[in-house]
Amino acid sequence: MTTVAAPPAAVESLAPRRKTRRPFGPGSIVKYALAILFLLIVLMPLYVLIVTSFKSGGDIGVTSQWNLPDHWTTASWVKAWSSLRDSFFRTFQLAIPVALISSVIGAANGFVLSRWRFPGADVVFTLILFGMFIPYQAVMIPLREIVTTIGIAPGIPTLVFVHCIYGIPICTLIFRNYYATTVPEELVEAARVDGAGLLRTFGWIILPISIPGFVVTIIWQFTSAWNDYLFAIFLSNTRNGPITIALNALAGAQSPDYAASMAGALITSLPTLIVYVLLGRWFIGGLMAGSVKS
Amino acid sequence: MRRLRHWGPGLLLLSPSLILLAVFVYGLIAWTTKLSVSDQHDALGSKGFVGLKNYQNLFTNDIQDRFTHSLKNLLIFTVVFLVGTMFFGLLWAFLLERGVRAEGFFRTVYLFPMAVSFVASGVVWRWLMNPVEGDGAGGINGLFAAMHLDFLQNKWWTNPNWGMAAMAMPAIWQLSGYVMALFLAGFRGIPAELKEAAAVDGASTYRLYRNVIFPQLTPVALSALIIIGHMSMKMFDLIMSVSGPQWLTEVPAVYVWQTLLTSDYAKAAAISIVLLVLVALVIVPYLIYTNRAEKNS
Repeated sequence: MTTVAAPPAAVESLAPRRKTRRPFGPGSIVKYALAILFLLIVLMPLYVLIVTSFKSGGDIGVTSQWNLPDHWTTASWVKAWSSLRDSFFRTFQLAIPVALISSVIGAANGFVLSRWRFPGADVVFTLILFGMFIPYQAVMIPLREIVTTIGIAPGIPTLVFVHCIYGIPICTLIFRNYYATTVPEELVEAARVDGAGLLRTFGWIILPISIPGFVVTIIWQFTSAWNDYLFAIFLSNTRNGPITIALNALAGAQSPDYAASMAGALITSLPTLIVYVLLGRWFIGGLMAGSVKS
Repeated sequence: MRRLRHWGPGLLLLSPSLILLAVFVYGLIAWTTKLSVSDQHDALGSKGFVGLKNYQNLFTNDIQDRFTHSLKNLLIFTVVFLVGTMFFGLLWAFLLERGVRAEGFFRTVYLFPMAVSFVASGVVWRWLMNPVEGDGAGGINGLFAAMHLDFLQNKWWTNPNWGMAAMAMPAIWQLSGYVMALFLAGFRGIPAELKEAAAVDGASTYRLYRNVIFPQLTPVALSALIIIGHMSMKMFDLIMSVSGPQWLTEVPAVYVWQTLLTSDYAKAAAISIVLLVLVALVIVPYLIYTNRAEKNS
C-alpha cells in the first residue's frame, strides 16, 4: 500500500501562504533593521557561550570578556567533557528509550481516541490531558516512595519509567490530532468492512502511515527527557543521573570556572540543538501540539 | 453485549495508560493531599490528621512570611514573563508576517532557545546578569559600560525588590520564539477572503490589522497566555540554575525542594498542593473551553 502521509497540519500552517513581493521602501528598512536587531539579541547568549568556552583562564578578565579569545584553547572543553562524559552517554540511555516507548503508547491511545468515540471519551481525554499540565511537585513525594517500593533500579531506569508515564498525555494528544486530521475515515472503515479488528487495523494500516506523527513525538520526548532537570534532581544524583544534573554540579560550584561551565552548557545542548537544526519543522509540530488546539 | 464488542477492543488498548495515569497522576495527587493534612514533619513523624493547619501555617505563620514572599516573587516573575513573551512573540510574528526574505532562517533563530534546557541557558544568563556595577562590571553591565550607557547598569536578580523581573529575562529569551510560532500559525490561519474583503472595502492597513486581523488572533493569544502562565507558575530549573535556591529568588516550586531537604513532608506537600491548585485554576477552564470549541467546530 502506498499512501503518502501528510505532515501534521500545524507544521504546514506556519509556512507563508503565498509569496508577495513588496516594493522596498522605508517601511522595509525598519522591518529588516528590527528583525536583524532581534536576531542579534537572540544569538548573543550563544556568542558568549562559544567565545568564553574557548578562552583560557587569564583571558576571562572583565575588560575583555565580550571579545574574541586572544588565544583559542580547547582546555575548557576537555575539562568539561571529562566531568560530563559519563552522564552524557547515560542521558542517551534515558532519552532514546523514553522517546520510543512513549511514542508507541501515544500512537495506540491517539488512534483509539480519534476513532472510537465511546461514551465519555471527551471526559477521559480531558482527564488524560490534565496530566501534562500539573506541577510534578504535586506527585513527587509519593513518587519517590513508590518507585523504591516497586523496586525499579534508581537512576536512569527510574527516570525512563517516570518520563514514559508522564509523557503519555502529550504523545496521546499529538497522535490524536494527527490521526484526526490526516487519516481518512474511509480507510479505517474499509479495514473494518474487510473484517480487520482494531488491533489489526492499527498494526497493519495505521502504523505504517504514522511515521510523521512518530517523528514529532520522538523528537519531543527525546528533547524533554534530555533537558529535564526536575525529575532528575528528585530521582537521581550526579553518579547515576542525566547530564543536566552533572552540568549543574559543574557550573554551580562555589567559584565557577566559567570557561568550563560554558563548554559544558554547549556539550549539554549539542544533541538537542542538532536535532532542532536538522529536524526543526517536526520539532515545531510538537511545540504547536502543546497548545492543545492545533 | 454488542456495545462491549464495539467499544471493548479500543478500551482494552487504552486501559494500560488510563490505569497508569489514574495511579501516577490522580492517585499520587490524592496521596500528596493526604500528606498535606498530616503532621508528618520529619522522616519518622506520626501521621496524625491535622486538617488545614499546614496550609494555614503557610499563609499566616511561616518564618519571615517565607511562603507569601515566594508567591510575591512568583507574581512579579509571571507578570514580566507574560508581558515580555507576548510582546516579543507578537512583534516577531508580525515582522515575519509582513514578509521578510529568508523568513525560515529568522524563524529558526528566533525559536532556537526552545531547544536548549533552562539548566544550560542558566549558565550563560548567570554570567550575563553579573550584578557588579561600575569598574569591575561584567556581563550585560560590562556591555553597557562599553557602550557608555552606564546608567542602565543594575543589580539584576540580586535586587531585593525587583530582582524577579530580571529573572524573567532568560525565560523571555527562551519562550518568545514559541509565542511567535503560535501567533504566526494564527496569522496564517486567517482566511484570505477575509483580508481581501477588507481590501475591497477600502480598509487601510492599520484598520485591516486593528479590525480584522488582531481580533482573529484572540484565541491564539489566550492559548499563549495560558501555556506561558502555567509554565511560569511551575518555574524551577531556571531559578535553580541562575541563582541556586536562595531567599531572594525563591518561588513555590523551589520552596518545595528546599522543604523536602529538611524532610518536612507535610509542609512540602501543602506547598505542592497550593501550586497545583494555582495551575488548575488556569488550566481546567482552558481544557473545558478547548473541548467545547472543538465540539462546536
